[in-house]
Amino acid sequence: MPTFFERRQLVVPGDLLAEGDYVAGENTFKSDNKIYASRIGLVEYEDKKVNVVALRAFYVPRVGDTVIGTVVEVGFNGWVIDINAPYLALLRASEVLNRPFKPQKDDLTQVLDTGDLVVAKIVSYDRTHNPQLSVDEPGLGKITRGQIVKITPTKIPRVIGKKGSMISMIKEETGCHIVLGHNGVILITGKNPEDEALAMMAIHKIEEESHTTGLTDRILQMIRKEKEKRGGSEYESKS
Amino acid sequence: MSQKVEKLIDKRGLRLDGRKPDELRPIKIEVGVLSNADGSAYIEQGKNKILAAVYGPRELHPKHLALPDRMVLRCRYHMAPFSVQERKSPAPSRREIELSKVIREAVEPAVFVEYYPRTAVDIFVEVLQADGSTRCTSITAASLALADAGIPMRDLVAACSAGKVEDMIVLDLMDVEDKVGSADVPLAYMPNLGVITLLQMDGILTIEEFEKTVNLAIEGCKKIYAMQKEALKAKYVSVKEVEE
Amino acid sequence: MSAATTVVRVKQKQIAQLIAKGKRLDGRGLNDYREIKIEQGIIERAEGSARVLLGKTEVMVGVKIETGEPFPDTPNEGVLTVNAELVPLASPTFEPGPPDENSIELARVVDRGIRESKAIDLEKLCITPGRKVFVIFVDIYVLNHDGNLIDASALAALAALLNTKMFNYEVENGEIKLKPGYTPLPVRRHPVAITFAKINDKLVVDPWLEEEQVMDARITITTDNDGNICAVQKGGSGYFTSKQIFEAAQIAKEKAAEIRKKLGW
Repeated sequence: MPTFFERRQLVVPGDLLAEGDYVAGENTFKSDNKIYASRIGLVEYEDKKVNVVALRAFYVPRVGDTVIGTVVEVGFNGWVIDINAPYLALLRASEVLNRPFKPQKDDLTQVLDTGDLVVAKIVSYDRTHNPQLSVDEPGLGKITRGQIVKITPTKIPRVIGKKGSMISMIKEETGCHIVLGHNGVILITGKNPEDEALAMMAIHKIEEESHTTGLTDRILQMIRKEKEKRGGSEYESKS
Repeated sequence: MSQKVEKLIDKRGLRLDGRKPDELRPIKIEVGVLSNADGSAYIEQGKNKILAAVYGPRELHPKHLALPDRMVLRCRYHMAPFSVQERKSPAPSRREIELSKVIREAVEPAVFVEYYPRTAVDIFVEVLQADGSTRCTSITAASLALADAGIPMRDLVAACSAGKVEDMIVLDLMDVEDKVGSADVPLAYMPNLGVITLLQMDGILTIEEFEKTVNLAIEGCKKIYAMQKEALKAKYVSVKEVEE
Repeated sequence: MSAATTVVRVKQKQIAQLIAKGKRLDGRGLNDYREIKIEQGIIERAEGSARVLLGKTEVMVGVKIETGEPFPDTPNEGVLTVNAELVPLASPTFEPGPPDENSIELARVVDRGIRESKAIDLEKLCITPGRKVFVIFVDIYVLNHDGNLIDASALAALAALLNTKMFNYEVENGEIKLKPGYTPLPVRRHPVAITFAKINDKLVVDPWLEEEQVMDARITITTDNDGNICAVQKGGSGYFTSKQIFEAAQIAKEKAAEIRKKLGW
């Protein structure tokens, strides 16, 4: 019952990963007792289970995920939200108004209009129905300021870092508030555009170098260096 | 265009571009070349220069075309007006409509279409320069663009033509060989399953010659398949080197 | 496959199970062809015409001849043009409008069989080299869709071409002058297309509609009078092994010979 790659080795669709008594995990499939990769990624063998950590993948909704989306349509009793997934999501009017929705009285565009950004949670989703969203929790709802960054959704865990080390470091160093959408969309709100730009720069660097080691340290160095450089200009603008 | 074509195979058994009968043209593949697309690939095979892009999975419009139990795969094969000797009208020709269909049907067996019901994936193929067997080169590129888009696949699909030129069975026909030769067999193959996903033929072949041609085309596909994998991995090689 | 033609799962299973036992829902064996009926010369206004019934599949072909310019790369040859219409009255799934990919593929597969087998002596259709030639329009009209439109259309196209009469003429100062009487269109080969459907990894010849609705893929192999292959087309989103293809080629050759013999071609 052999395996054909080393752990963390790069594989592509069709690569034979293991043969025999193995279980096909994420981004793999089994055919004739053989396990193949179905996506580009890094192979992981844990006991009898073979997984591929995808390097290229799109966001697939999951109940409980926090996502950041754009209103693309104001409907009769709710909004259609683009959440950067194969399916558009629905946000019901009653969810936002926190009371029954009265079609005669309520003008939905006053609450959320096309182009508005929202932070929301996925409350239901299956193969036959589009995801439904909720904003019924603190921190969720319409976004009024800040910057949006989009990255490959599979790289969100890297932005979070081990036990949240990466994200807390960035927050601390830049003084920005950061919301990570599981759908690869990130909201950054800082005291000023300079701080936001710094956080954005850090996140882009993480995306580019997500598979390298010592990343947290390098990002920290980068931020500090940038702050030093900017320190001068900030002073000038104040005077 | 000249009516009389020089001999396609010389005394030493070599072809006009110096290739042996079973030799592929030089192939260059690059993956992830377009930033807007979800997946993309560029390929040069001889003078063929072809770009493929994939968008999706995404919601299908118009909505009634969506299928409840699977994704809809769509494909548009298109030739740039400047891709051939005499300017080609940019309006889709009947040939392009047929090729769009057979290319789609050649890559579809590789895609797990049942994973994402009610969605669509669009494949756009632009032939920037054509030099024979463009449908095969397009399939090779399209399957890489699908993989680059992160769409789950059973295997990559590699495609290659073979045919009969001056009583010889040869691999990977270029334009003159296709036009003047006596038969052309474009073929697409999924090496893991050992199955054929595109097969067409025009010309005249005996059954024995047909079998020989199909088998040669399969050998060509296997070689292209190795290059596809290499190209796909090349995009991440720098990443691998610094891996822990 | 549109929702309107979706075969219920029960039937799908039934078809597959029968085929595994070498049987088919309509009683045929795996390699049995449906009955072919051909009528020729049914449209007086056309230079040639035929109606083919393949089981319940019905296809009519009309041939019209006009004069026109030759293609620049074949200045001494007449021009063959094949077009197919999936007429809305033939099936609930056919929509009015310009030819879609299915009708274009159908026309091009039929065209390939006739062209590649050199069935028509196109050089005899040249009037003035490089200037004026006869253009043969073959219009395929599908009237009832009960599966295997390719084979039925190929048969109907050839039957119509065999039925086509050209008026006698002479050329005077580059102009065509009609003479009394007709001569048949120079048809010298008889390409016959044989289509297979792959269902549950088995091949069946001449699939009818319900089989087409459950098939994984199809393959059409056209052979000429010498048993050589002149056109191949795989269709559908499934696949074949090379062994299946080679088997199909053998059967196609035999079936086409049978059909030619039966029809006196």
